[in-house]
Amino acid sequence: MDHAIAPATRIGDQPRPKKNYLNETKGFWSWAGTVDHKRIGIMYLVGVLVAFLMGGIFALLVRLTLLTPSHKLFGKVLLTAEQYNRVFTLHGAIMVFLFIIPAIPASLGNFVLPLMLGAKDVAFPRLNLFSFYLWLTGALMAITAMVFGAVDTGWTFYTPYSTTTDGPVTLMTLAVFVLGFSSIFTGLNFIATVHKLRAPGMGWFDMPLFIWGIYSTAIIQVLATPVLGITLVLLVLERSFGIGIFDPRIGGDPVLFQHFFWFYSHPAVYIMILPGMAIISELIPTFSQKTIFGYRAIAYSSVSLALVSFIVWGHHMFVAGQSQLATVVFSALTFLVAIPSGVKLYNWLGTMYQGNIKLDTPMLYAISFLVLFAIGGLTGIFLGTLATDVHLTDTYFVVAHFHFVMVGGTVTAFIGGLHYWWPKMTGRMYSEAWGRVGCALWNIGFNMTFLTQFFLGSKGMPRRYYNYLDQFQPLHAFSTVGSWILGLGLFITAAYLLASLRKPMDAPDNPWNGTTLEWKTSSPPITHNFEEQPVLEREPYDYRPVLVAK
Amino acid sequence: MSTTSVDLHTHSGGHAAAHADDPHHQHHFTTMEQQFDTSKIGMWLFLATEVLLFGGLFVGFGMMQARYPREFVEAHTHLVRWQGALNTVVLLISSFTMVLAVQAAKKGDKAKQVLFLALTILCACIFLVVKYFEYSHKYEEGWLPGRFYSYKGDSIPACHAAPPGEAAAAAPAANAVPCTNGYATFFSFYFMMTGLHGFHILAGIGVLSWILIRAKRGEFSASYYTPVDLVGLYWHLVDLIWIYLFPLYYLIQ
Amino acid sequence: MSHPAEPTAIHDAAHEHEHGGTGVYAKTLIALLILTAITVAAASFDFGQGNVVIALFIATIKASLVVLFFMHLRWDKPVNAIIAMAGFLFLGIFILFCLLDFDARNNYLPSNLHAVADVPLAPGTAPAGEVLHTNPAAAAEGGEKK
Repeated sequence: MDHAIAPATRIGDQPRPKKNYLNETKGFWSWAGTVDHKRIGIMYLVGVLVAFLMGGIFALLVRLTLLTPSHKLFGKVLLTAEQYNRVFTLHGAIMVFLFIIPAIPASLGNFVLPLMLGAKDVAFPRLNLFSFYLWLTGALMAITAMVFGAVDTGWTFYTPYSTTTDGPVTLMTLAVFVLGFSSIFTGLNFIATVHKLRAPGMGWFDMPLFIWGIYSTAIIQVLATPVLGITLVLLVLERSFGIGIFDPRIGGDPVLFQHFFWFYSHPAVYIMILPGMAIISELIPTFSQKTIFGYRAIAYSSVSLALVSFIVWGHHMFVAGQSQLATVVFSALTFLVAIPSGVKLYNWLGTMYQGNIKLDTPMLYAISFLVLFAIGGLTGIFLGTLATDVHLTDTYFVVAHFHFVMVGGTVTAFIGGLHYWWPKMTGRMYSEAWGRVGCALWNIGFNMTFLTQFFLGSKGMPRRYYNYLDQFQPLHAFSTVGSWILGLGLFITAAYLLASLRKPMDAPDNPWNGTTLEWKTSSPPITHNFEEQPVLEREPYDYRPVLVAK
Repeated sequence: MSTTSVDLHTHSGGHAAAHADDPHHQHHFTTMEQQFDTSKIGMWLFLATEVLLFGGLFVGFGMMQARYPREFVEAHTHLVRWQGALNTVVLLISSFTMVLAVQAAKKGDKAKQVLFLALTILCACIFLVVKYFEYSHKYEEGWLPGRFYSYKGDSIPACHAAPPGEAAAAAPAANAVPCTNGYATFFSFYFMMTGLHGFHILAGIGVLSWILIRAKRGEFSASYYTPVDLVGLYWHLVDLIWIYLFPLYYLIQ
Repeated sequence: MSHPAEPTAIHDAAHEHEHGGTGVYAKTLIALLILTAITVAAASFDFGQGNVVIALFIATIKASLVVLFFMHLRWDKPVNAIIAMAGFLFLGIFILFCLLDFDARNNYLPSNLHAVADVPLAPGTAPAGEVLHTNPAAAAEGGEKK
C-alpha cells in the first residue's frame, strides 16, 4: 500500500455545505446561549487552553526560581519562599482542576462523542451548557482567589495547614467545589448519551473505543467527584466553625482528611488518563490503517480501570500515619491497577504491528504517548511498592512520575487528538511540517525537564522545597532549560494551529481515512451533525475497502 | 484505495410518527419513550451522586464515632427520640403521597395530582417545623457545633478555648481531669447532616411547588409526566437519607 | 452485524399501570411504618454493639422497600438499578477501607504529652487502644509544661 493519504471524500458527491455549525448563526449570544455540543466543546477548548497557559506560566516561574539555589534572576530574587509556595500551589490547582480534568472530556469529548455515536447532540444539551458555565464560574472564583493572594497549601490542601493558614483558602476551595459539579454533570450527560443515543445498529461492542474511554471516565466523574465535594465542604466548615473533624488541635484526624481527599483524587487521575487512552485508541488504528488488536480487551480494560481505581487511594498515604494493614492492602491492590493499562499498551502495539503506518503529526504524538506513558506507568510501580516508596515519597521522583503520566500521557494524547480532529472542528488543515517541529520540541523539552527529575528525586531532592542543596543545582538547571524548550514547542504548536484558521475552509471530510462516524459528515459538521440519521453497518475499525454495488 | 462513504444510508421511518405533536419532544430524541428513559437514567445518576455526597458525611460520622465512642453515646441522649420518630413517619407518608401523585399524573387525573402534591408539601413543612423545635432547643442548651459548643453538663468536660485573661486560672494541674472535643464534634455532625438534609427538604418543597403549579395547569398526562416522576425520585431519596439518619442519631443508646 | 433498527414502538402507557398501583404502595407504607415501630422498640433494649447492627439492618430493609416500590426499581429497566447499586457499593468501599484503617491504627502517645488521670468509663464503651484527651486550651496558652 502506498503512503498517500486517502483522497478527499464527500458524502455521495455533495458539495461542501455552505452553512455549518460555526457560521450558521452569528453573534455573541448565539454562542453564549448555545446548546449545540460542538459549540460548547469549542468554548471549553478555548477555556481549558487559557487555563493551560496560566498553569504553564506558573510552571515556568517555578522552574525559573529553582534555576539556582539563590533563586535569583539577573541579580534579583525572583520569588520569596512564601510566594513560591503560592505559585506551585496555583500551578497544581489550575492544571488539575481547571485544565486536565475537564480538558479532553469537555472539549474533544463534547465535540466528538455525539458525532461518533451518530447522534444529533448529547442527552441533556441544556445541562451541557450549564456545565460550561459552572466551569467558567469556578475558574473566575479561582482567579479571584489568586488576586487576593492565593493559597500556599499545595493543590492537595492537607490539614491542619489548610484549616489554619491564612489566605483565601475558603474561596479557592469553593471554586474547586463548583468545578467539581461541572465535572459531575458532564459525566452524567455522557453516560446517558452513550446508553440511549447510539445510532441504530450500534451495539455496545460496535462503538468506537474513544467512547468506551469517555464512558469509563464518566463513571468515575459521577461516582468520585461528590466525595471531593463533601470533603471541600468539611474543610471550609472546619476552617470557619472548628467542627473538629480534621484538625488535631480540636480533636480531629488529619489522616481522615487524606482518606476523604484521595478517595476522589486517585480516581481523578484516571479521569485524567482514560480520555487520553481513549484518543490513542483512535489514533493508532487510523494511522496504522489496521483494525484495533483486541477491541474487547481494550473496552473491558477501560471499565475495569475505572472501577479498580476506587480501591487504591491509600497508596498516597503510605507514610501519612495510615495503619500498616491498610498500607499493605492498598499496595497490593495498586499492583492490580497496573494490569489494564498494560493490556492496552500491548494491544496498541499489536495494532501497529504489520500495519500501514502513517507518521502524520497525530501519530507522532500517539507514539510519543506510548513511550512516555510506559515510563510514567512503570515508575508508578516503584511508588506503589512499600520498600521503595518510603525513600521516594515526597521527592522529585513522585513529581516526575505524575508529570510523565499526566503530561507525557494525557497532554500528549490531547495534543494528538487536537491535531486529529482539527480539520473536523475547524475545516482547515494545519501545517504538517510545523507539526513535526512542535512534536520534536515537545519530546525533547519534556524529557529534559522531567526525566531529570527522576534522578533528582532518587538522589533525595524533596518536592515543593524552595531551598535545596548545592549538589542538586546542575540537575535543576538542566530541568529548567528543558522547560524552556517545552514552552517553545507549545508556543510553536499554538502558533501554527492558530495560523491555520486564517486559511480557507477546505479540509476534506475524511483526511485520515478514519472509519468512525464523525468522518462521515462534513468538515466542519452542519449544526445537526448529519443530513440524515446514519445507520451503522460495519464493524468498528474496519479499513477494508467497501465494495460499491453498481 | 478504500472509500468510506457508502455505509451511510438514510433512516427516517418512524421518526415523524413517533413524536408528531408533543410540544415536550426534544429534537435530538427519536421517540418520547427514548427521551423519558434517558431522563430517568439522568435522574438516577444524579441520585447516585447525592448518595455519595451524603455518604461522605456518614463516613465522617462513623469515623468520629469510632474515635469518641463514649462522648457520642452520651451526646445521643440529648436528642428527643419521639421527635425523630415523628419526622420519620411524616416523611414516609410524604413518600406515599408522592408516589400517588406520580400515579395520578400518569393517569392525567388533575385533581388527584394537585391533592397529593399538596399533601407531600404539607408533610415536608411539618418535618421542617419539628426540626425547628429541635434546633431551637439545641441552641438554648448550648449543644452547638464545633467551637460554639457551650453546654456544661457533660460527664467529661468539653474543651473550650479559654478567653484571654482567664489563662492562668485555666491552666490545669498535673493530675487535672482531661477535656474532650467529642461532644462538639457530635453536634457538628448532627447539624451538618440534618442541616444538609433539611436544605434538601427545602429545595424539594420549592421543586414540588413548581410541579404543583404545572400540574394545576394540566401539563401532565400519560404521554408526558416525566417531571413528576423525576421529582418523585428525588423526594424518595430525601426520605431514604432520613431512614438512615434517624437510627444513627436517635436510636443508638 | 445487526440489521438497521426498527423504529422503537410507542411505549404502551397502559402496560405501565399494571406495575405499582395504590394497593402495592399502601402495603409498602404499612410495612415501612411497622418496621419503624420495630426499630424504635428494639432501641429500648440493650444489645450492646448489636443495637447498631439491628438498627442499620432494619434501616436497610426500609430503604430497600422505598427503592424497590416507591422508586419503582422493581419494575424498571435494569440500568437504573445498576446505577443505584453502584452508588451504594462505592460508598461501602469508602467506609470499609476507612474503618479498616482506623481499627488497625495504634494510637501512640507522643512522649511529651502526659496521660492524665483516669476517668471512669461507662460499661461497654471502652475504646480499643489508648485514647488521649488533650487539652488544647492549655496548649494554646503558650506550650505545655513538661
